[in-house]
Amino acid sequence: MVSPYNYYMNQSILNVKVWRGTQDGGFVEYKVPRAANQTVLDVVTYIQRKLDPTLSYRFACRVGMCGSCAMTVNGKARWTCRTHVAKIADSDTLEIAPLDNLPIIKDLATDMTEFFDKMSKAVGYFKGEQTRHDDFAMVKPDSEERQLANAGIECIGCGVCYASCEVVSARESYLGPAALNRAWTLVNDERDSQQLDRLRAVAGDAGCHSCHTQGTCSERCPKQIEPTAGIAGLKKIVGRAAVMGSKWGKL
Amino acid sequence: MGQAVSNAAILQAKLWYYQRISAMVLALCVSVHLIIIYIAVQDGLTANEILGRTRGNWAFALFYEIFVLACFVHAPIGLANILRENIQNAFLNRALPLLLAALILLLGTMAVVGVVWGQP
Repeated sequence: MVSPYNYYMNQSILNVKVWRGTQDGGFVEYKVPRAANQTVLDVVTYIQRKLDPTLSYRFACRVGMCGSCAMTVNGKARWTCRTHVAKIADSDTLEIAPLDNLPIIKDLATDMTEFFDKMSKAVGYFKGEQTRHDDFAMVKPDSEERQLANAGIECIGCGVCYASCEVVSARESYLGPAALNRAWTLVNDERDSQQLDRLRAVAGDAGCHSCHTQGTCSERCPKQIEPTAGIAGLKKIVGRAAVMGSKWGKL
Repeated sequence: MGQAVSNAAILQAKLWYYQRISAMVLALCVSVHLIIIYIAVQDGLTANEILGRTRGNWAFALFYEIFVLACFVHAPIGLANILRENIQNAFLNRALPLLLAALILLLGTMAVVGVVWGQP
């Protein structure tokens, strides 16, 4: 009996164009047998293991938790471990490139330093005032702030939104959707004690106010987060804090 | 340097806020303006006919001056944003929005004065 796996293996060949080299590199074509439930990451792994061991790419968990394996697939940034070839392959071709808006280290691996540095620049980290001797902070699960934080908190830091953002492409200093989304979840964290610093960090042209509300980040986020909505919230709260002040003081 | 960048960012945040508020005023003004046009053209569009209704009308003057002021705030901020994203010229980025603001205020106010107190 022919197993489904072998059936698909014999069914057809996928022509895969893969970016090789650095910024000045180019596409190299490989032929990869199709398989049932094959993901884009499976395709890349096949190429590296069977066709060309010098291919560089990045992955870790393979189940959509770690945010390591994002690449540009057929022109759009995607998480490759959870993207089925059958759902996106244009006939029998696939084009796989590194993420946009980030320097290429080699082949499909990009340098994410700037991406993660911008999370820090947006004061995207928690700092409380209580110590281990204090009682637990009580945050009501159904409070508006908690709900707003919930909507953005599942970010896995894959960089898909950052690579898809037109403003990041045009403006080097722009913090980007992931960093601003992180800042927004913390603005809604009532335990955090550095709110004014955060509002200052995300104000103006390098921050939330240069977002064009195009929404590509929200459209492509694999976790269905809407950074555009968080950024709109930041625009409003920062603008109001600059003119009239906020519950944490004036900017 | 850090403080200077922060001050510029806070000014941008304030401008964003003023633009947002003026947009709300404009949304209302444009709606009312469209209704006024619809009513105004019912009996023809001659200068005498229009001025006959607008001259001496303080409510008309007040409404359209608010409209002019909202444009005066809104449009130059938008132009400044577009310029900042597209041309790297500090002088033009500052001068063109200021010029636009002055023109809107001057020409807009002249138009209001013209239809409310002008002669046919």
